[in-house]
Amino acid sequence: MLGWEFPPYISGGLGTACYGLTRGLDQLGVEVLFVLPKSVEASHTSHVRLISPAQLSVSAMRSVARRSHTLETFTQLLENVTFHQVDADLRPYDRPDATTEELVDVPGPDLTVSSEEVREKLKRVLTAFDVTGGTDYAGNLFAQVVRYADLAREIATEQDYDLIHAHDWMTYLAAINAAEVSGKPLVVHVHSTEFDRSGVHVDQRIYDIERAGMHRADRIVAVSYLTKSIVTKHYGIDARKVDVVYNAIDDNGPPKDAALSDIRRDEKIVLFLGRITMQKGPEFFLAAAKRVLEVMDNVRFIMAGSGDMIKQMIALATRMGIGDKVLFTGFLRGDDVKRVFRMADLYVMPSVSEPFGIAPLEALVNDVPVLISKQSGVAEVIRHALKVDFWDVDEMANKIVAVLRHPPLQATLRDHGSIEVRRLSWQDAAANCVEVYQRVLSG
Amino acid sequence: MGAVCCYFQVHQPYRLRRFSVFDRAAHYFDDATNVDVLLRVAQKCYVPAGRTLLDMIRRTDGGFRCAFSLSGVVVEQMERYSPAALDVFRALVQSGSVELLAETYYHSLSFLYSREEWQEQVTAHRKLMQRVFGVTPTTFRNTELMYNNDVARAAREAGYRLVLAEGVDSILAGRNPLALFHPPGAAETGLLLRHRELSDDVAFRFSNRDWSEWPLTADRFAAKLRETVADGSVVNLFMDFETFGEHQWADTGILEFLAHLGPEALKVGLEFLTPAECRRSLDAHQAYDAPHMTSWADTERDLSAWLGNPMQANALHELYNIENAVKESADPSLLHDWRRLQTSDHYYYMSTKSFNDGQVHAYFNPYDSPYDAYINFMNVIDHLRARFGGPAPMAKPLR
Repeated sequence: MLGWEFPPYISGGLGTACYGLTRGLDQLGVEVLFVLPKSVEASHTSHVRLISPAQLSVSAMRSVARRSHTLETFTQLLENVTFHQVDADLRPYDRPDATTEELVDVPGPDLTVSSEEVREKLKRVLTAFDVTGGTDYAGNLFAQVVRYADLAREIATEQDYDLIHAHDWMTYLAAINAAEVSGKPLVVHVHSTEFDRSGVHVDQRIYDIERAGMHRADRIVAVSYLTKSIVTKHYGIDARKVDVVYNAIDDNGPPKDAALSDIRRDEKIVLFLGRITMQKGPEFFLAAAKRVLEVMDNVRFIMAGSGDMIKQMIALATRMGIGDKVLFTGFLRGDDVKRVFRMADLYVMPSVSEPFGIAPLEALVNDVPVLISKQSGVAEVIRHALKVDFWDVDEMANKIVAVLRHPPLQATLRDHGSIEVRRLSWQDAAANCVEVYQRVLSG
Repeated sequence: MGAVCCYFQVHQPYRLRRFSVFDRAAHYFDDATNVDVLLRVAQKCYVPAGRTLLDMIRRTDGGFRCAFSLSGVVVEQMERYSPAALDVFRALVQSGSVELLAETYYHSLSFLYSREEWQEQVTAHRKLMQRVFGVTPTTFRNTELMYNNDVARAAREAGYRLVLAEGVDSILAGRNPLALFHPPGAAETGLLLRHRELSDDVAFRFSNRDWSEWPLTADRFAAKLRETVADGSVVNLFMDFETFGEHQWADTGILEFLAHLGPEALKVGLEFLTPAECRRSLDAHQAYDAPHMTSWADTERDLSAWLGNPMQANALHELYNIENAVKESADPSLLHDWRRLQTSDHYYYMSTKSFNDGQVHAYFNPYDSPYDAYINFMNVIDHLRARFGGPAPMAKPLR
């Protein structure tokens, strides 16, 4: 399995999903060899081996850690490890280094490039990278992606496995190399696409890598039908080659502590938690907040997370005249996430394009009702949520007000939602992946 | 002779338009959708199925007989938007083979919340039946066949000597529902109980190809009726009239089934009676004791379709909470709006029961989710409340 993040080194849903999926596969008795581009302190369960380079050299990459871990270990790690460095270094969902950035228009949906052309294009993109420069992770993302791909070629020849499963574009070059040298079948797992992350300003290089990976793959796993439709529409992939496997969440312990949740507060709290980037629609959250504050006074809006739009959002809140009602917490981790969920009356995910969206599941597990955008994969699996078009700020505000004003609405959403979310399990998601593996292996 | 008693319900609510907390205009109903739905149902069901019945009555020389209950709100809508459909019902009543039943004008759950409001609506409905059809109903059916001993008592006090109800297994306790029953200690009130199996054969299973009896034909159904009902007893087939052409589309053969039902049943020696005729020709020997509310809905046959979650309970509570204030305002348009909000459908849309498996409750349901239904409804109540200066519920003071 080729990944880019693994707890505790995560910046978003990808690491969480890889961890959950790997654990689910482990429970099903599937042996997983997890290859990461950077050394990690954490380790693996009985069937999972993590391979990661301590430095960017093949020899060091062979250092295989073997320790047992549990979720608690990660929570522990989250507390004890300095997260900052990783957070700064590995942010596949942030825009690539501005100096190398090259923005192009969206390719039309009828894009018909042959895989030959894609390969040619890819070659040109890759030779354009300066991969001889800095070898540290602070260097540019593409250099790391290419280096990872080179190293994967070697690992792929040394290790024994039946199938390659690669997660998102950062690993696709590595996956293509691994598949080439080993002749093993390839499954690529699409957790998000360049169209989700960038809207209309697609980075052509990333698009080309995504496209090459998807075309090279024997089968594709998409995290939702929403994503499947993007894969077929924008990447020229036959829908029959794509399976949908939804993400899940494992029960994070008992429901909210009644003693804590019953504390009477005068103030209601509405929570945004996620990266503050274009994809997540933070400006729609603020616009809805302003509308809510027109009819209610006793509300505070918390924006938890970091991202390239945070300064812009702070300025926007001030400009709207609601600066005193919006609280920016920065990036939260571990217990702080739990704490902020515990305070919240409603979690809002106004994403512009969300392939899945695990955060609403976390909110539900923490007994917080959710309002999610219809442009999200998670809306396909959760019925007991409020749903709204991300751009429909008035309706978003209408629903926020309703939850805050009418406790029976909050209670009904919470009661049904917490039952619904507990029916999801990573083991089921893993079982669906195993079915995909079996289809691939049986030709 | 064994008897068959058919009763068909006719009802369409005033569906709400999307009403946001930011909306200011006191206009709550989605006129366009309501007209569309009414015209569609009139065209697919009321007119063709009504004519089928008229024709059958003629062909059988009045041998086919049945009862209709029309809510006040559907009659209002037909008067405005589909006089043709209303004419079909008038013709049915004038045929002499059709009995009209009494119910609440607004197809409401008022019995549960305000006896006074319930009486006013029953009276309003009686006057409507007199005005539109020139008849005064003598048999009562409560909204969605909601029934308990109390309903029988209240109906008796309102002058009705016969009430329709669901034949609930736990209350029947092994008895069959084919007799005329009476409430405990009230022998003068008659009770006719819906035969669930045979009613649902037509209302729900008719077009189900996985059903062992599919396709159900009129002669086979008549034979089933004949087997079920002995001399001196009655089988009660109660269902929505929309079954014929709307719930079950015409291409399922439902209208042909209906057209042949009368002749086939008469052929095997059954007779058709209206509820009032049952009351006259049968004696009530058995008590039917319903201390708790029952209904004809879902599998539970209780109130859970309308009162199954906190949102539904809250919405109803908030609505009836402002009854006095609305009535004291002496504002007829406020009163009419408030009453149209009592229609049971609004609460049915808020049900989370079947939402889990994405099932039924979806018939002309204008909402994507029960939560949307509740939010919309509460926004309307808030707005309505503001019209007479009432406070918003549980809200902190507005700026």
